[in-house]
Amino acid sequence: MDANAQSGERIVPLVRVQAEDFDVTQEVARLCEGRRDIGAVVTFTGLCRDEDGRLAALELEHYPGMAEGEIGRIAREAAQRWPLTGLTVIHRHGKIAPGANIVLVVAASRHRRAAFEAADFMMDFLKTRAPFWKKEHMADAGAGGWVEAKAADDDDAARWSGG
Amino acid sequence: MKVRYFAWVRERIGLEEETVEVPGNVATVSDLIGWLSERDEGYAAAFVEPEVIRVAIDQTHVEHDAPIGKASEIAFFPPMTGG
Repeated sequence: MDANAQSGERIVPLVRVQAEDFDVTQEVARLCEGRRDIGAVVTFTGLCRDEDGRLAALELEHYPGMAEGEIGRIAREAAQRWPLTGLTVIHRHGKIAPGANIVLVVAASRHRRAAFEAADFMMDFLKTRAPFWKKEHMADAGAGGWVEAKAADDDDAARWSGG
Repeated sequence: MKVRYFAWVRERIGLEEETVEVPGNVATVSDLIGWLSERDEGYAAAFVEPEVIRVAIDQTHVEHDAPIGKASEIAFFPPMTGG
């Protein structure tokens, strides 16, 4: 793998879109097993919060095929930009209860900066470009509805372009 | 071509997907939005603010000025809120 990193060859990211939950420990182990060259593993887990008790569940709709494709494109770009030894991205769909996992990014590298930045980059672009939509189900059976995209998310993604 | 709708675009139109025969003068995504909007109130409601609608041709993001000529699948959806 050392030779690969030096020759500029890039890793192939693992991307999964699934209804089932994921196990963070298991996913970290998958990237690190049998390796001695990894100095940093950064994990980001996005969870469903209850919005101070108002939210009963989130329903995540996705565009099958494009969801995997778009996350894969972003992940390959991350692997081009940073010298990663491994990158895993898992995004769930369907109904998700408060406290449950939604998304996981695991970035591994020789040094911490690449792993931190790649995970951060991955999440910023996943939020603005991966075809998923959240619908809120409220605890009081009241309004709820589709979550609106935030301009702040576009600003976060824009941080990575230009100098 | 196959047209797919997601999230509130899907709800307002009342369809997940359909196959449409597009007239020859409908050349771009923007033309297609205009043409679909005239079909009924549901379509009109879905595309009432066309500038917020995101579009993918064959599962790749495109802008509204993209030509639709060679598309086999076009999807319309709101700004994404995953993650």
